[in-house]
Formats: sequence, C-alpha cells, structure tokens
Amino acid sequence: MSNSSTIIDQVQQVNGGEAGATSGAFPNTSVQTSDSPILQIRDFNVQAGDTRILKDIHLDIPKGKITVLLGPSGCGKTTLLKCLNRLSDLHPSLKVKGQILIDGEDIFHPTQDLTTIRQKMGLLSQRPFPLPMSIYKNIAYGLKIKGIRDKKVVKEKVEKHLRDVGLWEEVKDRLHGPAARLSIGQQQRLCLARGLAVGPEIILADEPTSALDPISSRKIEEEFLRLKEDYTLIVVTHILRQAKRLADHIVFMYFGEIIEQGTPDEIFNHPKSDILKQYLQSGH
Amino acid sequence: MAALQRLILPAKLTDRLSTGWLNFAVLFLILLPLVIGAGLVIKSLPLLEQASIGTMLHSAEFSPQQGHFGFYAFIMGSVWVTLLSFVLSAPVCLLAAIYLTEYSPQWLTQSMYFVIDVLAGIPSVVYGVWGVLVIVPLLADYVAPALGLTTTGYCLLSGGIVLAIMAVPYMLNMLMEVFRSVPIELKEASLSLGATYWETIKWVVLKKGLTGIIAALSLGISKALGETIAVLMVVGNVAKVPKSVFDAAYPLPALIANNYGDMMSVPLYDSALMFAALLLFVIILVFNSITSFFLYRIKEQ
Repeated sequence: MSNSSTIIDQVQQVNGGEAGATSGAFPNTSVQTSDSPILQIRDFNVQAGDTRILKDIHLDIPKGKITVLLGPSGCGKTTLLKCLNRLSDLHPSLKVKGQILIDGEDIFHPTQDLTTIRQKMGLLSQRPFPLPMSIYKNIAYGLKIKGIRDKKVVKEKVEKHLRDVGLWEEVKDRLHGPAARLSIGQQQRLCLARGLAVGPEIILADEPTSALDPISSRKIEEEFLRLKEDYTLIVVTHILRQAKRLADHIVFMYFGEIIEQGTPDEIFNHPKSDILKQYLQSGH
Repeated sequence: MAALQRLILPAKLTDRLSTGWLNFAVLFLILLPLVIGAGLVIKSLPLLEQASIGTMLHSAEFSPQQGHFGFYAFIMGSVWVTLLSFVLSAPVCLLAAIYLTEYSPQWLTQSMYFVIDVLAGIPSVVYGVWGVLVIVPLLADYVAPALGLTTTGYCLLSGGIVLAIMAVPYMLNMLMEVFRSVPIELKEASLSLGATYWETIKWVVLKKGLTGIIAALSLGISKALGETIAVLMVVGNVAKVPKSVFDAAYPLPALIANNYGDMMSVPLYDSALMFAALLLFVIILVFNSITSFFLYRIKEQ
C-alpha cells in the first residue's frame, strides 16, 4: 500500500515539475498541464483530543481549476482548508499527521518557511475581516510584508488589484478612508484583492459568500470564474447550487472523510454512495 | 406565575415603570460627579475669595499660618509620582498582556488571572507597609549609593514603584481583555498574507486594540493619581517641588489625608484642603476628557 502510493507520488511530482516549467510561459496550453496537481495531500490526519477531525485524507488539487470541498457543517472542510496554509498552527490542540505537498515540498516539514508557503495561498474567510486600516493600506499591507516599499509600485498594484475585483470605481475617491466603512460585500471583495496583492498561486475560500447578500455573492462567484485563468481555487461550501456553478472538481466530505470526488456531472448526476445521494436529496 | 403577574400589574405598566427606574438610576449616576464637584467648589469658596487662583497654582510656598497657600509643589508631587508609576508599569503590563494572550500556554494565563485577583485584593495600606519595609531601605542603602547619591528612601521613586505595582492588576487585566477580544480571523488574515506572528501583533492586533489599550492605560493613571495611603507612607511628604526622583514629594491626596481634621484652628485651612481636593478633581476631569477625545478621534478614523 505504502509502496504503491509513493510510486504514484513520484509520478505526480514529475508531472508537477513539468507543469511548473511550461505553465510559466504558456499557461493552460496543454491538457496535461492543467490537470496536474498543484497540491498533493497524503495520508493526512488531524486530531483534537480524542476526536478525529480528518481521517486519512488523500487528495490531489488540480492546477488552474476550481476545486469545491462540499459537505455538511462540521465535516472537516474548513479544517482541511486551514491546514493547507498552516493556520492550524494557531490551535496547538490540533495534532496533525501526514503530508501536504506544494510543488513537491511538504508544507508541514519543520524547516519549511511558513511565510513563503502562506504567500502562495490567498485566504478568503466566511465573513470579511478587513485589517483595521484604510482601504489603500489593506492592500499595501501584504506588499509591505513582501518588502515592496516603492510608493509608485505600491500605488499601481493597489489600483490593479482593486480593478481585478471590480472595486476600483466604487472606492477610488475614498482610498484612505477606513475599510470598515465599506459594505460587507465590498469588504469581501477588498479581502480578495488584498490576498491577490501578494501574488498567490492558490486561493483558499472558506464559505466566502455565507455572510453576503445574493448580489454580492454573485459578484464573488463571477470573480472566481474569471480568476481560475490565473489561479487555482479551492472553495469550501455547503451550498449545492454554488458548487454546481463553480466547480471543475468536487470533493464530497462527510465526518472527516472523503466519500466521493469527481466532476460536477459525476457528483450530481451519478452519485455512487448512499451518503452523497441522501445529501443531494436533502438539498442543502 | 406570569399570569398572576399580569393580574396584578399589566405588562405595559411594568414596562413603563422599569424604564422609569432605569432612567432614574442613570440620572443619579450622572449627577454624582456634578454634586461632588459643586460641593468642593462651595467649600473652597472662602479661600478663593482671599487668594487668586493664579498665585495658588504657581506659588510653591505653603504656610497656612502666614496665610500663604501655594499648591504648585503638591500638584507637581502628584503629577510626577503618577508619571513615574506609569512609566514603570505601562510597558511591562503591555508586554506581559501580549505574551499572556498571544504566546503563553493556557495554564500560565490561568494562573496569571489568579495572581491578578490576589494583587487587586490586597489593601493599599499593605502595599504601603511593604514599600516602607522593602523599597525604602532598598533605595536608601543600595540603589542611591550605587549611583553616588544620598536619599532617605522616602522619595518620589519609592512612591512611583509602589504605585506602579498597585496599578498592575487593573491595567494588566483590562489589557488582556482587549487582546483577547481581537478576532482570531483578523490574525489569520494577516498571517495568510505572509506576515510573521510578531508583525501581525505589531501592525494588526495592537492597532485593532488601540482604543482599548488607551482606555486601560488611562485607568492605570487614574488609579495612580487618586491613590492615597500607600503613597503617603513612602513618598516623604515634604512640601517642596522635587528636583530628582530621590527627592521627597507631597502629592495632593497625601496633603488632604495627613491634615484633614488636624489643623482646623488655622484660618482657611479646611478651605485650602477642599481646594486641594478640587484641584485633584479637575486634574482627573481634564485627563479623562483628553483620553475621551483621543478615543473619539480614533473611532472616527
């Protein structure tokens, strides 16, 4: 068992290496490039006290696609997402076993440089949490951390990323006003722009529309569909219709286990397991 | 039970009555400082009719028998001892609160809450005695000689140290609450942008908690400004403007506590003490107005 999985790992790592080499110059030119995994999760277990939150997770996240983690509340989707950029470190009670590889490097390796790993992934949480500063500084913050202090560069980037999320026209006259004065929907788009500013490869979204009104939710979803041309997205949701609208690949989780995964067509039209069938019928 | 209540008093009437009581309680609390302030003004009127406020604030000569009432030395005594205690305690409390809420293991934080409760519960006279037995000899026999100075030990620095220790439980407790109330998602947002934990604390947690931090520190200052017995036991009580931290000082609360009821045969003396209380009242009023203004400005931003 362990032998075969390491062989698969190696094959996939080779694929990943090739993809990395070609994708820079010609993004999404070949089927193989877009299908090769950017993240590989191997024998991944998380435990809090006696409760096993994640059980033997084995998962590949395809590059340049939207992967949706679907499942009822409390099934471990959010925990999995937060382990991907090691925000799990904030909770010392969580015991983590296994590997998560990004570009072949183990995120949980003790010598891993955390800040670099985290900058490869932008996080969008359930409710928007703008930093306690101006709109402008919210975006400049990540740049400051990266050591970019040239005012002209920062200014250009702020404008670019606010345009990316369709917020520029709405806020350009009050860039130096507090971010907390924006509407919730605007705040969430600001948080997305803030994440994009550090130049991530992956965007992690944890039920990103659960606090938003339908129109703002729609804007975020449209944004995601546009972003997958340049980024890999991992979206946690329990809304079936959202999963249908967004997903290239769906992972259905239940009580810390991956029950089924596949394309939206496979998951919604040809579910194999009874748990998934029930979940689809109950219509959450 | 509810039905019985409905029979005796209709819901609407209880509602109106309770609103009335609540309003009354609030009104009473708002009036309290006004009543105290007015009382102090009335009591200090006899002195205010005799001497000008300007000279009383500027002159350091305090000899009631000759009719000289200069409060400058007392004001400076209060200001310096308070500032000193603030400088000694605020940085330590701030750093300790950050450590205890962001870094330390759970058991240490819990035991610190216990320590805080104990410290807050010790009567101030005990702090005073401890100051006399420990701090005063320490300064007189070791610290000052090491610096090539002489002091009796009953000085500004002793007062500052004792006050600093007394202010710790109040400041620390409030600061810890402030840091605990910063949502974890905000820290996650900063960390996920690649910030280190310390950068997150420096640029996000401290900023988010700024209003709370100012409120906590000003609580510590108010506490130090008003503390009486512990200070007067160690501060020396000499009515001169202190020139160094090893000089004795005489803060306003100590002046009132030492003399009220004793020297009432001297004309205008009780009025002078009331004026000292009024000064203290005004200082605290001005200080709190300034912090409220700052808090308002920060919230506006």
